[in-house]
Amino acid sequence: MIRDITIGQYYPGESWVHKLDPRLKIIVTLIFIISLFFIRDFVGYSIAVAAVWITIGISKVPLRFILRGLKAIFMIIIFTFALNMFMTGGTVLVKIGFLTVTYEGLYRAFFMALRLVLLIIGSSLLTLTTKPVKLTDGIERLLNPFKRIGLPAHELAMMMTIALRFIPTLLEETDKIMKAQMARGADFESGSIFKRAKNMIPILVPLFISAFRIAQELAMAMEARCYRGGEGRTKLHELKFKKRDLAAAILTCLFLALIIVVRLKGG
Amino acid sequence: MSIIEIENLVYEYKRDEDDLVRAIDNVSIEIEEGSFTAIIGKNGSGKSTLAKNINALLIPDSGTVYVDGFNTAADEAGLWEVRQRAGMVFQNPDNQLVAAIVEDDVAFGPENLGVPSEAIDERVREALTAVDMYEYRKKAPHMLSGGQKQRVAIAGVVAMRPKCIVFDEPTAMLDPHGRDEVMDIMKRLHDDGITVVLITHFMEEAADADRIIIMNEGKIELDGTPEEVFRHADRIRALNLSVPIAVELGDRLRKRGREIPGDIIRMEELVTYLCQ
Repeated sequence: MIRDITIGQYYPGESWVHKLDPRLKIIVTLIFIISLFFIRDFVGYSIAVAAVWITIGISKVPLRFILRGLKAIFMIIIFTFALNMFMTGGTVLVKIGFLTVTYEGLYRAFFMALRLVLLIIGSSLLTLTTKPVKLTDGIERLLNPFKRIGLPAHELAMMMTIALRFIPTLLEETDKIMKAQMARGADFESGSIFKRAKNMIPILVPLFISAFRIAQELAMAMEARCYRGGEGRTKLHELKFKKRDLAAAILTCLFLALIIVVRLKGG
Repeated sequence: MSIIEIENLVYEYKRDEDDLVRAIDNVSIEIEEGSFTAIIGKNGSGKSTLAKNINALLIPDSGTVYVDGFNTAADEAGLWEVRQRAGMVFQNPDNQLVAAIVEDDVAFGPENLGVPSEAIDERVREALTAVDMYEYRKKAPHMLSGGQKQRVAIAGVVAMRPKCIVFDEPTAMLDPHGRDEVMDIMKRLHDDGITVVLITHFMEEAADADRIIIMNEGKIELDGTPEEVFRHADRIRALNLSVPIAVELGDRLRKRGREIPGDIIRMEELVTYLCQ
């Protein structure tokens, strides 16, 4: 089940998109998401689809890998589509019982669904082409200016790094605990949903205890290696803004300009 | 010259209100620079507490600990000097790796020390080569075996260029193969001039040290070269600790009337002696 979720997963590669500065990629993704809400007509959507299509092509991430990420939100897309299709008033196209499908509704539903799909693909492209380490690094650097108003940028990034590092460890731990409880006759597969949820308690309690123990040991190991917060820390890989980053930034600006122009002309 | 000087160290844990447990009871030890010392004891003998006092993870309740001339109980600045000079490798390889990629984890220590990035790169390469893990630098720790993970943890400490490394039961959670790997690395680091303090309960590992300290209930029970310490096999057994197989076998042969020199502690030596 956990394997199905591609949002947040990394697809290893050496493409141009992979090598971009993570700070830039985060900003570009944000701009893309915001620009989606400016789009109103067919021309605008064609530009956005083309932009995503080209980026996927350059990133060399297989399309089926990206589409798998959509599976998780498939129900939401269907729901949005249906809601928009039936609830919008206008010229009636078809009437089935109490449900009416209008021309405007169909138009709107289609674009709403498309907007959602583009939103998911856009943001999963960021995580698919950026190593988690680089992503947290980028977030830390972007949040750095807010340190002055008391935002713990380094601490947040460190927490994310550790969380990512310990997902496999905690999965292993869960597996171990489940097997140990099953060996003692615990049943996790039968019964009603409430019963099954209740049966999870013998897993969750030891898992929490073990998470606390891991945290304590890790904190000690980090201290032993002279960790004392972000102050005076250097980095193995310093982020550098390269020519290709500049090129990507210019392309993003062009994309945004195009979207705005289309919106103003069409609107 | 001694790199670690422990004088009249006392350390107490608070079990409950008003219930103090004395983990280390007035212990004094000097450890020579470049030596290989094994500290042995049962669970609760105070050996791990002693290790944490050397690295300033714990601060003595009374008495002093000096590492390379720095007092562990001194100010904040002195604390980091101590921790950089005396690195520490822990028992569980999983819970001491911070980053999701091997090379990033090894870089963690130097990053904390504020080493410039090009120099970190150099140190990471050096440290990973020293533990034969350079080809795994881009891997995720959870893809590695226990022995490999522990070697990465050692590289993380080596990258800080410590003078002394304290190993707190580094092989306790490893399979025999991983145990051999880690033992080899420890000996190699010792040959490179790093002072090694090995906390363990495996006697066979201790037999390779220059010096063995046996602890019991927070006190030093025996202290000397392996040859000297294993002469007191009966006292070691009385503490519920085992002795190396060669010593055990030599003892039993002696009881049956064979002449076996007391300084034989390794299997190979015993075999050579018996086959003369």
